[in-house]
Amino acid sequence: MDDVILDVRNLYLYFNTRKGVLRAVDGVSFSINRGETLALIGESGCGKSSLAKALLRLLPRNVNTFKGEVFLDGENIMTYDEQRFRDEVRWLRISMVMQAALNALNPVIKVGDQVAEPLIVKKGMNKKEALEEAKKALSLVGIPEDFVYRYPFELSGGMRQRAVIAMALITRPQVVILDEPTSALDVLTQASIMNMLKEIKNSMGLTYIFITHDVATSSEIADKVAVMYAGQIVEVSPAEKFYQEPLHPYSIKLMATVPTLRVDKKLEFIPGAPPSLIDLPQGCRFANRCPDKCPNCTKDPPLIEVEKGRFVKCWAYGGQ
Amino acid sequence: MKNDELLKVINLCKWFEIRRGFLRRTAYVKAVDNVSFVLKKGEAISLVGESGCGKTTLGKTVLRLYEPTSGRIIFDGKDITHIKHGDLKFYRRETGLVQQDPYGALPPFMSVKSILEEPLKIHGISKDDREKMIYNALKEVKLTPVEDFLGKFPHMLSGGQQQRLVIARAIILRPKLIVADEPVSMLDASVRVEILTLLREIQARHNLSVIYITHDLSTTRYFSERIFIMYAGKIVEKAYTKDLLKEPLHPYTQVLLNAIPDPDPKNRFIIREIPPGEPPNLVNPPPGCRFHPRCKHRIKGLCDVEEPPEVEVEKEHYVKCWLYAQKVKGGL
Repeated sequence: MDDVILDVRNLYLYFNTRKGVLRAVDGVSFSINRGETLALIGESGCGKSSLAKALLRLLPRNVNTFKGEVFLDGENIMTYDEQRFRDEVRWLRISMVMQAALNALNPVIKVGDQVAEPLIVKKGMNKKEALEEAKKALSLVGIPEDFVYRYPFELSGGMRQRAVIAMALITRPQVVILDEPTSALDVLTQASIMNMLKEIKNSMGLTYIFITHDVATSSEIADKVAVMYAGQIVEVSPAEKFYQEPLHPYSIKLMATVPTLRVDKKLEFIPGAPPSLIDLPQGCRFANRCPDKCPNCTKDPPLIEVEKGRFVKCWAYGGQ
Repeated sequence: MKNDELLKVINLCKWFEIRRGFLRRTAYVKAVDNVSFVLKKGEAISLVGESGCGKTTLGKTVLRLYEPTSGRIIFDGKDITHIKHGDLKFYRRETGLVQQDPYGALPPFMSVKSILEEPLKIHGISKDDREKMIYNALKEVKLTPVEDFLGKFPHMLSGGQQQRLVIARAIILRPKLIVADEPVSMLDASVRVEILTLLREIQARHNLSVIYITHDLSTTRYFSERIFIMYAGKIVEKAYTKDLLKEPLHPYTQVLLNAIPDPDPKNRFIIREIPPGEPPNLVNPPPGCRFHPRCKHRIKGLCDVEEPPEVEVEKEHYVKCWLYAQKVKGGL
């Protein structure tokens, strides 16, 4: 039996905009086992960050529709009201490392106070204890303890990123959402942060949702890969299968755009652009860029389980 | 100067002055320190390094957007190191810059047509020619049908289209040299290859020389003939792309290559070897080899004292490291 920690079923998140309803997350379903990492890959604007924010219920005011089921450890947290969600889930059981984390720190507050803040706010700890915890969290992510007394500008980019990760880990959550945690960093810094994430994951038994547009980096940590396109998940596969043989035409094309250092291959690009989330086409959303489109593609394809644990949303793999 | 050389850079330095303290002590940020290289006609080189290593400064100094502190730049047989006014304007026409952030590089209140017309006006090109050149430039970067784009403003274009417009502006005066400063780092993965392929096509068609500044080694193998690796203001290794990727010599190049993943599910079980520490401050770089505090091969009493010379280990494969220079030194 799989030990499922997070099970998302038919999650929808629509926004009202001046031009119409924007369908950022449109019927997304996936599940993650305890201690597993799900890499969520997609181009910018495909809705992957919206999905992350929907899981944490960090929503702006212009929400049009927000529905679906999210089972965390078997319990549907979508039924919780705002107060209960804040007291029991957000940052305590699910936390997040925001994109552009380099700017996520308040420049006029000491790093330690910022890292300790979740404990004070969420767990009512006193400041002294919380600072001690912050020291532990910082050394866990590879920052010397006395950095709690420094200001963000005294830290390099890589260190700031680590501090933001410490902030997400300090409450010992079950699930950590990492939204492009390394995309603004240099190659070596990126690699050492990936090393650190792997080590922490193994020692703490964490579950990650790793959001990125960089396929090569995703393979550094993914146990399972979900590919998102225009608000929907079009493929979910185990990592061993996905990087060798992606199934969905979009995944195949995406893989062909990835430059490799060690193997010679012909690089391709995907002609055209993804559809606007306000004005989505009927049927399969990738159809007009797809090399193998067929008449069926004017209808919305179902998510088909090709083999155990491998799902693909494409008519080419069957379905009525 | 040999005939096929377009650009020759000799011992180029660009130091930025900083003043601090009430005694006005001056210090220098040695962003580019004693760099030499040759760029051939029609050749694309990649200048690879981490942020803050001076690669952008080197690119801008070569374009004479910065005045060099010392050293010489020879372009097409002419010394352009300290040219001014009219000569500099002529040099601008021979060179082009593709910026990193296309949206920031395009004036938001100007239409595509006026953006492209600006350099033509400055260089005194007649109205009829201007129309034709704008049309050709847009066609060249595949912003077609051209008529649809002329009246648009930058915010109406997608990221990829904006970057094409920046490229069109850089090539519209038919320069001989283009400096592309991280031209795709702000774009999506699927668009990156498209833009780089386009640059490569334009380069081949016009026999352009390109300096492609990047931190992403994995794209260099597809888009450049040679690679220069830069660390803390110095070029530490120069080689043909395939030699460098097959047999990196400098310890820094080796760790850099090792840090870059190819998509492979086995990666998740690997902890990569990363050198400790961070690149040095360019105001007070360490003595000797600038990589020595992080290098696991460092030789005590040598690497931390004396700067290594550049040696040609194999044909056209230069490296600035004592591991390869010791023999040379011993032989002298």
